[in-house]
Amino acid sequence: MSEYIIKNGHVFDPVQGIKGDKKDIAVKDGKIVDKVGSGAKVIDAKDKTVMAGALDIHAHVAGPKVNAGRWYRPEDKHFDSHKKPGITRIEGGKSIPTVFKTGYEYARMGFTFAMEAAMPPLYARHVHEEIHDTPIIDEGALPVFGNNWFVMEYLKNNEIENTAAYIAWILRQTKGYGIKCVNPGGTEAWAWGLNCLTIHDPVPYFDITPGEIVTGLMKANEYLGLPHSFHVHQNDLGNPGNYKTTLDTLKLAEGIKPKNTFGREQVLHSTHLQFHSYKGTNWGDFESASKEVMDYVNKQKNITIDTGNVTLDETTTMTADGPFEHHLHGLNHLKWFNVDVELETAAGIVPYIYDPNISVCAKQWCIGLELALFAKDPMRCFITTDHPNAGPFTRYPRVYAWLMSKKYRDERLNTFKNADKVIAGTHIGGMDKELSLYELACMTRAGPAKALGLGKDYGGLKAGMNADIAIYNINPDKFPSSGAEIEKAFSNVAYLFKDGKICVEGGKVVDMGKKHTFWVDAKVPENKQVMHDIREKFLRYYSVNENNYPVPESYAPHQHIITVDATKA
Amino acid sequence: MNTVTLTVKKQPELYLECENVNPDAFAGKKAADIAKLGAYQGKETSTLGDYFTIAGEAGATAADTKIVINGDCTKMKYIGAKMTAGEVVVNSACDMYTGSWMKGGKLTVNGDVHSFCGLAMAGGEFVINGNAGNYLGAAYRGDWRGMSGGVLRVKGNAGSDVASFMTGGEMIIGGDVDIHLGTHMEGGKIVLKGNANRRVGGQLVKGEIYVFGKINVMMPGYKPVGEKEMEVDGTKATFVDYIGDLGERHPKRKGETVYGHLYMKK
Repeated sequence: MSEYIIKNGHVFDPVQGIKGDKKDIAVKDGKIVDKVGSGAKVIDAKDKTVMAGALDIHAHVAGPKVNAGRWYRPEDKHFDSHKKPGITRIEGGKSIPTVFKTGYEYARMGFTFAMEAAMPPLYARHVHEEIHDTPIIDEGALPVFGNNWFVMEYLKNNEIENTAAYIAWILRQTKGYGIKCVNPGGTEAWAWGLNCLTIHDPVPYFDITPGEIVTGLMKANEYLGLPHSFHVHQNDLGNPGNYKTTLDTLKLAEGIKPKNTFGREQVLHSTHLQFHSYKGTNWGDFESASKEVMDYVNKQKNITIDTGNVTLDETTTMTADGPFEHHLHGLNHLKWFNVDVELETAAGIVPYIYDPNISVCAKQWCIGLELALFAKDPMRCFITTDHPNAGPFTRYPRVYAWLMSKKYRDERLNTFKNADKVIAGTHIGGMDKELSLYELACMTRAGPAKALGLGKDYGGLKAGMNADIAIYNINPDKFPSSGAEIEKAFSNVAYLFKDGKICVEGGKVVDMGKKHTFWVDAKVPENKQVMHDIREKFLRYYSVNENNYPVPESYAPHQHIITVDATKA
Repeated sequence: MNTVTLTVKKQPELYLECENVNPDAFAGKKAADIAKLGAYQGKETSTLGDYFTIAGEAGATAADTKIVINGDCTKMKYIGAKMTAGEVVVNSACDMYTGSWMKGGKLTVNGDVHSFCGLAMAGGEFVINGNAGNYLGAAYRGDWRGMSGGVLRVKGNAGSDVASFMTGGEMIIGGDVDIHLGTHMEGGKIVLKGNANRRVGGQLVKGEIYVFGKINVMMPGYKPVGEKEMEVDGTKATFVDYIGDLGERHPKRKGETVYGHLYMKK
């Protein structure tokens, strides 16, 4: 493998605490090293910004619901389907791009990893087929557990060990990465025409509450010592006044300690928090609760969050929160897709237009940005758009620009149709903070890598770490004064190294790299009870045979397996 | 107004995507520059000059430009699509997407058009002096934003799924239509001089459909509420007023439910 030396760049690396100093980065055999030989290829990074490859901790980029979005929205790619010159294929779709476009666009923005945020275990094969077809970037997928019959039955009796054994089994069958929980209990209640809007609403038939599911899954996660923490999409998403439920859920993490060998310090990751930080009683008196929520998050060290920034685009919402999508369809009357996944979860899809002329959308935009600006510890707050729910991931550069330039975001804020009303209901008008490149590196690199338990090898530029490196045309000494310039620089990397290989050069994809599928193999003590229950459920309820359930090796040919051993606990 | 005349000199082997045949693309260009404009055939790019003899020059703006096309255009798609001003006259039948996403100006086709023409039309005038295929003035596949403005006039018949998701503007069809006229309509006006097959105004929220002929099978969600004397597109007649589609949601204004109207000529 070739050697490289990246010279004279301004390096931003939270792992080593480097804040823009000029430093050479040496690359050899896919790793960052202290020194390379004189024959190493020199990359001139003078007047450029050098960061580790970015990691997206939460995006819906692969699997059955993403694909359902693609086929039921042909209009999403009609005006947006191009073949760029070079080795790339046709790139189609805007809010739900093809797998190829997904890989290329992430790479062009300097990303090297994306976590598929909701994998229905039954359809894990489909998720892995799409992951395998997504070029360049590494990916993992989080199976959903928050409405799973096994989980609810075990946790009703507080059987953490059995829950953990079942989770370990699922992770191995589905090649999954961690524990995702969407609208705990609420999606199962939806099968009964109901929902769980607080953490105390009982789930019909199972007679368990969302609070018990959250606590139980958090404990099971730490029992197993998984690299990532429990990852939750909370109850009552997207409704005015929901911040109380949000705080109630976050408080469940109090007193629970992280137990793992990966350097992860949180026990709960609260995703797309923007959708959960609403005050008011209806859409008329709807207000930002970002301050209340972030005041709590800032002082509670064992919690991480991601923002879920609204980008003010036409997009496609898709979630395992079935009742929410039905609710949304009732609001905008656009086409609604709904599916139940037997015993496990459900999903819904509705197109949505975040219209800057509608004050609710404008306030949502404010709340997402406020969360990132209120965050005191950038290592615990990550930037996402909950792609494609609050906006397409291809808008990250614009979100960064809004966060890094008060001028740019104020231009947007002041030209909203109901600007006065929007400013009165939010905090952003009075916020002067502008994110620094170092904070951005925390929020998009070192932070998510650490939260995913990948901090030893990813998200930084220390010798020994994986050589995933993004070089941007940004000179920190002459930081771009216009938002459009910031956007442009983050949209097209000067160089992207993936595993020590140049995959993007001058914004152009030049190599498809070698993508890996990350998954976690957790060893647990033999558990006859759980194996019996699994067999019984397959015989009695599942429409597939147990032998046809696992994801075969051929579906994930390039695996990066992380092993944990919970037998010694 | 300057006139540019295009004469077909070669037929495409597949279909030619004439996205650049409209006053907006031609504006400010001489014949030689127009000849260089691109046109896809399958995945290959060629130029308009490869397929047309071009005479005359365009005006400075789209509004000052008239395009006349002679020769057989039955394998040409997207003529006049997305045009915002000026005039286009095609003395031939045309293929799909003719006049789609049109915003202004006038487009006349002296012949038949294929399906998906006048899709999501937002303004201007589109006259088809022949028959039209399916999805005339409808929304693009999957989309919920159909024709929203302008006038679309067909002399002959049109196919099925005409004016789906229409929200505004006016469509006049001289002949008959097949099934699914004005499905999901939420505004606008359709005048059908001939007969319709089945399912007229299915899931219609708002808007008006006038039918001069017969509907083969009426939707069950329509209810007659009276008769009205009206002049529609130059014809004075008595119409039976049906409200509907009663199976669909309807907005309220000042406490009153706003229904769609289907007027059947007596």
